[in-house]
Amino acid sequence: MRRASRYWMGGAALLLTAALFIVPFVFIVLMAFKDRQQAARLDFSWPASNNLVSNIVEVVSARDYMLLTAFVNSTILTVASVAGMVILGAMVAFVLQRRQSRWNGAINLLVLSGLIIPPAVVPTIWVLQGIGLFRTLGGLILVEIAFGLAFTILLFQAFIATIPRELDEAATIDGAGPIRLFFQVVFPLLRSVIVTVIVVQSVFVFNDFVNPLYFLPGDENATVQLTLFNFQSQFSTQWHLLFTDILLITIPPLLMFLFFNKKIVEGMTAGAVKG
Amino acid sequence: MATVIHSAPAGQASAPPAPERPRRRAKSQYPYWFYLPAGVVYGVLFLVPTVIAFYFSLTRWGLFSQEFIGFDNFVQFFRERALVTGLKNSLIYGVLTSALKVVLGLLFAVMLTSQIIARGWLRSVVFFPVLVSTIGVGITFVVLMDPQEGLINEALALVGIDGPGWLTDPDLALYSVALVDVWKGVGLATVIYIAGIVSIPRDYFEAAAMDGAGAWQRFRNIILPLARPATVTVIILSLIGGLRSFDLIWAMTRGGPGFSSDVIASVIYKQYQAGFWGLSTAGNVILFLAVALIVVPLFWALNRKQVEM
Repeated sequence: MRRASRYWMGGAALLLTAALFIVPFVFIVLMAFKDRQQAARLDFSWPASNNLVSNIVEVVSARDYMLLTAFVNSTILTVASVAGMVILGAMVAFVLQRRQSRWNGAINLLVLSGLIIPPAVVPTIWVLQGIGLFRTLGGLILVEIAFGLAFTILLFQAFIATIPRELDEAATIDGAGPIRLFFQVVFPLLRSVIVTVIVVQSVFVFNDFVNPLYFLPGDENATVQLTLFNFQSQFSTQWHLLFTDILLITIPPLLMFLFFNKKIVEGMTAGAVKG
Repeated sequence: MATVIHSAPAGQASAPPAPERPRRRAKSQYPYWFYLPAGVVYGVLFLVPTVIAFYFSLTRWGLFSQEFIGFDNFVQFFRERALVTGLKNSLIYGVLTSALKVVLGLLFAVMLTSQIIARGWLRSVVFFPVLVSTIGVGITFVVLMDPQEGLINEALALVGIDGPGWLTDPDLALYSVALVDVWKGVGLATVIYIAGIVSIPRDYFEAAAMDGAGAWQRFRNIILPLARPATVTVIILSLIGGLRSFDLIWAMTRGGPGFSSDVIASVIYKQYQAGFWGLSTAGNVILFLAVALIVVPLFWALNRKQVEM
């Protein structure tokens, strides 16, 4: 009797949580299928007719195919900045973990402050202008690398500590210099953390809105998040298009999630709780 | 397309020297120059702006001119009610979201580490919003929270409750956004707690079961104290995130109605857009100080207690 009621409660809690987290996504999908009139009612109803394809065509071709440009920009941004974070971060974490020196305290402090301090926006723009990288994708990539390094280094550092030093010594005896030791011996061993960093940071960079807003203004270099923001004013009465856009730009993180679901959770836990 | 890709870290000019110096000793397998590329990027685009922000916050700085004016920006900031509201709202937002994420994250984690059906699937469901575009989530909830047609109020109407104007009521807007923030971010807190709970040795639970401890006692005397590192991580992470929060608020209310849901980060953006760069940077310095004053002592206190335990 008690047991049964407990199951019943558990089941209800489950359903409630699932609904709470799933309904908004169902809503997005439904809206993307609707036509203009029906979407404008903003209600949670089944689409009267299937307009997904025409909605997609309309969103993609809007503003001179801005969404396509944005997808290209976002892809370049994500790939380049995550690659930068992984390689530069791993190099720092490797030396920082292996070599005890009087610099270590200071560098650890810098890494921590990178995690805590909110970036100063306008001065960063000033610096970017000074070196001629403001309003360029290259500039934004470097900014993302700079802001993402701290977290990356922390994740790598914890993991590198678990790789035995004997391995380094063996490679050295075999005549490997620092570069070969790092890139051919240590780096491949980091694979599981690298996957974690790639998944976490690429989702973060792909979804980033603030940095592109400040450092890469202008329609012609929009990233996908900015298209939402730009379309919002233009499409505010055309909810079906706005939601089609949301659906389209949610697909890459969704795929990432489906492929790496287990990894994300494992990696986050390994990195986050040790800290 | 006017996009140029510079892969080389350009402009080494003003970089603070990365900790690298030539040594005559035997070459190490762990050379200091490994710090150099990261140091240059981090130094030029993070450290330098952070440091010069203190100077720029003391200037009247706009499109055409720059003039040293001492603490006038800060005086102006604290004189204007709208700007002070931003500071207050940031604090409310940070504390509220962080507290809710701790409570709900722990609750979900306990639920999702117990023997329930569809556990793996539920874990994914709770975590998924973490990965989705904040702006997209914001726009979606703007529609769901619509006072007349929105799903939330329609659902409330079914049980006879007259739902409020979630985002149109100035007294409520900030809290509505905070709730959406919790909805989006609680998955991360849950995952961190799951990791904390899973790493508790099974013996404790077995011993407790032997002594006849109930579910509540297990939670109170085992899970709660031993998941403490996870609690520290969740509090710190969500507090930092909450104090800095901008994109969700911008997508949902633009700081409105009026200035009722403005936070420091949205004030910084508005002042920047209006061309008041000095004032905007002063806002940044205030945000920096707020984060430092709250997070650093908290970090220290929480970690110290942990050692004593």
